[in-house]
Amino acid sequence: MSALLVAPFALPLAVAALLLLLRRRPHLQRVIGVAGVVALVAVGVGLVVATAGGEVHATRVGGWPGGLAIVFVADGVSALLVAGASIVSVLCLVTAAARDEDRHPLFHPLVAVLLAGVLGSFVTGDLFNLFVTFEVMLIASYVLVALRGGPREVRASTVYVTVNLLASAMLLIGIALLYGAAGTVELASLHRVVVEVPNAAIGATLVATAVAVKASLVPLHSWLPRVYPVAGPATTALFSALLTKAGVYVLLRLDSTVFADVDAFRQVLLVVAVVTMVIGVLGAVGRSDVRGILSFHMVSQVGYLVLPIGIGTVAAYTAGLVYLLQYLAVKGSLFLTAAAIETITGTGQLARLGGMLRTRPALAIGFLLPALSLAGIPPTSGFVGKFLLVDAAFESHLLLAGGVAVAVSFATLLSMLKIWNGVFWGERTSEVTDEPGLAAYSFPVPAGGAGGGDPPAPPVVRNGRTLALAAPALLVGVLVLALGVLAGPLVDLVQPAAQTLADPQPYLDAVRRS
Amino acid sequence: MTAALIVGILAAAGTYLVLQRGIVRITLGFVLLGHAATTALLAAGGVARRDLAFVGAPGTPGDPLPQAFALTAIVISFGVTAFLLALAYRSRDTLGHDDVEAPDLEGSLLDQSASALELRIPTADEDAEPVDDAPGNREDGR
Repeated sequence: MSALLVAPFALPLAVAALLLLLRRRPHLQRVIGVAGVVALVAVGVGLVVATAGGEVHATRVGGWPGGLAIVFVADGVSALLVAGASIVSVLCLVTAAARDEDRHPLFHPLVAVLLAGVLGSFVTGDLFNLFVTFEVMLIASYVLVALRGGPREVRASTVYVTVNLLASAMLLIGIALLYGAAGTVELASLHRVVVEVPNAAIGATLVATAVAVKASLVPLHSWLPRVYPVAGPATTALFSALLTKAGVYVLLRLDSTVFADVDAFRQVLLVVAVVTMVIGVLGAVGRSDVRGILSFHMVSQVGYLVLPIGIGTVAAYTAGLVYLLQYLAVKGSLFLTAAAIETITGTGQLARLGGMLRTRPALAIGFLLPALSLAGIPPTSGFVGKFLLVDAAFESHLLLAGGVAVAVSFATLLSMLKIWNGVFWGERTSEVTDEPGLAAYSFPVPAGGAGGGDPPAPPVVRNGRTLALAAPALLVGVLVLALGVLAGPLVDLVQPAAQTLADPQPYLDAVRRS
Repeated sequence: MTAALIVGILAAAGTYLVLQRGIVRITLGFVLLGHAATTALLAAGGVARRDLAFVGAPGTPGDPLPQAFALTAIVISFGVTAFLLALAYRSRDTLGHDDVEAPDLEGSLLDQSASALELRIPTADEDAEPVDDAPGNREDGR
């Protein structure tokens, strides 16, 4: 059991070391990189099976006595997130391989390190170790943003690194203050610490604020829409599925341990969640490129993910987890579609695109289903998540929060329609008929393509690689429909995990026993 | 008290430097902030308890945990400093300066919306020109 608990952190690090040795063998590197992430999916599924029914497992690394050893804990929430994040990462790697984004010899090792940091933060039970896993994840992501090394990347990278380093420094000082007040950094021992230890509130608030920066909650969100559209498209998809979700997960965990029974924390997060939803969706209106719009929607959706903490009932946690799990796949797949569009046409500007429904119908369907899910239209999984969430809000008499959640869904639908109209409907532009992007990625180009402008348009290229560009999005589309129709099993799977969040007693017991 | 003052001064100086425009100053700011955090960690274990931990020597043994934290934090901030310096070097290489707020930079929000506006009015010579600001092409030119 303890091997399985440490695996989400240790396995990707080992794979990263191996991949670094293979940096002169790109094909082998690609195979091993993908195989490593598939192994992580297996680890995730193993953890989900082991924690089904609300069981919690904990282990102390190295056998040190309590308080000194690093604790790894897996409950339902961490297990589901480990599984979900690794599945989405496999899809992102498929797209990255299809568009040759992984050509850089450091790409696969960095992705492995990134996964070590993210999955490590899901299973760690210790606040300082959380800081370390966050740093592991961020350092890998700094380099991934700057990997292409052009002027835009360097500029975005500077913003990203500066904001996140400032947050990390705050996190570290917060942990120091918390240790000074409470004498421990173990999350389980810090249960209700804010209520019981008078001076712990300052450190805990600093920690929560630093995590809110990484989750990009308004008003600490402005770095995200400036950075994400600049990184490589498949890299953005990977970040969207992993980075902010780690922040949201830690907020959930802090809520159930450090801030347990603190009403002020809940109320602040409720307000922040509602404001985040609105600001994010309004920000998207002003953008005219696919990934820019999607990046602002990420900010908006973080509001939905944090709203359950503000509501604070078992029903809300269940809704939040259902929404979070399907959202991981949905957002990842939307960014992957954006990556495919940019690979094929060479641009992500809506003004230069149009009519792709006729040239690339598979891609259009792969965009449509997750986009409807993001807006919460039945019969997709997003509808189930949002319905449960709004229902939970109304049950707790939070009419305004529930109402805003519904209104923001409509606004989300509007900007999804904006992308749909801009990219898939309307007149075909020369970028869409000639597909000049493909030439840049050394795809075979049809006679008369890539340069010749006049109709009749040349037949579009279809081969294994263009198929691989559309496949992940289509797969998620099917998944979104399946989860929408068969939501019952998912809710049953998530229910015990939500119980553990609302009442962390099994979590505390497991850590004390270990 | 001394520890609190040191943390305060380091954090203030670090924050001031981080708010500057050049990457090198920002880097130095983070070095100072890292020192502030390290000092805070050490102070969390009690500054007065400074004898050897674990050995059981006379006096008050120090708390080993904050020392381990501080050591880890120092290693991490060292790595990040190295990355920031590499970024500063790269910035000088590609942009010719290390000013992060310089308005002439390609890729600012203002810049992007301007190029999007231009593109709505297709010109005659635009068809002949390949899309040179497409990310794919730029990647190719790396």
